[in-house]
Amino acid sequence: MRWMWIDRVVELLPRERLVAIKSVTAAEEHLYDHFPAARRADGSVREAMPIMPASLIVEGMAQSAGILVGHAEEFREKVVLAKVSRAELERDAIPGTTLRYTAELRSIGAQGASTEGSVELLDHARPDEGFVQVGRIDLMFSHLDRNMAGIAFPEHNFVFSESFRTLLKTSGIDCPF
Amino acid sequence: MTRDEIFEKVREVLVSALAVDEDEVTPDAVLTADLGAESIDFLDIVFKLEQTFGFKIGQGELFPDNVAQDPEYVQSGKVTPKGIAALKERLPHADFSTLEADPRVERVGEIFTVDAVVRFCERKLAG
Repeated sequence: MRWMWIDRVVELLPRERLVAIKSVTAAEEHLYDHFPAARRADGSVREAMPIMPASLIVEGMAQSAGILVGHAEEFREKVVLAKVSRAELERDAIPGTTLRYTAELRSIGAQGASTEGSVELLDHARPDEGFVQVGRIDLMFSHLDRNMAGIAFPEHNFVFSESFRTLLKTSGIDCPF
Repeated sequence: MTRDEIFEKVREVLVSALAVDEDEVTPDAVLTADLGAESIDFLDIVFKLEQTFGFKIGQGELFPDNVAQDPEYVQSGKVTPKGIAALKERLPHADFSTLEADPRVERVGEIFTVDAVVRFCERKLAG
């Protein structure tokens, strides 16, 4: 399994906003553990309830916002998630729905960046509703080589890997790395 | 802007960045020891102060970086007189009396009080 929690970048306004989508599919193995059917204390069975884990929705936003932050400095910096300032989600994403992450750059400096983001959900069974906002996720990123502790990391940019390059290319975005 | 108005805005920034209660943010509160700030929170505070007050804060201007790694500034776990002098010059908004009395490097964080942040903003706004 590849650690990619967005399928496509659908909009990029450099240093301002990035929009990405993620389709939740029944082929994702972890959905069968989150949550499996279980027997209750009274002997009755609780049906399986496959939903996209909230932590992976945060990761999806982190990848979306991380690309926005990385792109701002042409992917020279190793951009790592350093703080989840806010994460509020109001609805579950089940297989067959599509998530849309909109990440906006609030601040960026030599040491890192802050982003604010909204999470929307498209329920394909209710196409008239369109994308409905279901959450907000605000994040802080650190530029790893500028850390306050002065710790040295390998020169190779291990954050923006082959998977990210492929994602940017399939999204039609010029990839400088 | 009066000092009280600056304090109120700084308090809002710290409540938001550190997820603390308003009444915890007193002038003497130390950002790390009392309010639980970690390294990334300092960057968060810098960004939020910039947005709140509309000024730019240079790297190391409010909080110094890499002090503990400089052998001229830290020896045998203590900040040297040269280190304290350098910090004083770089951080005129901070109160160094406790660090001068006990220069152990782990006490450097204690100079970053809420009051130091307020004084920093006051100086920036005064230009």
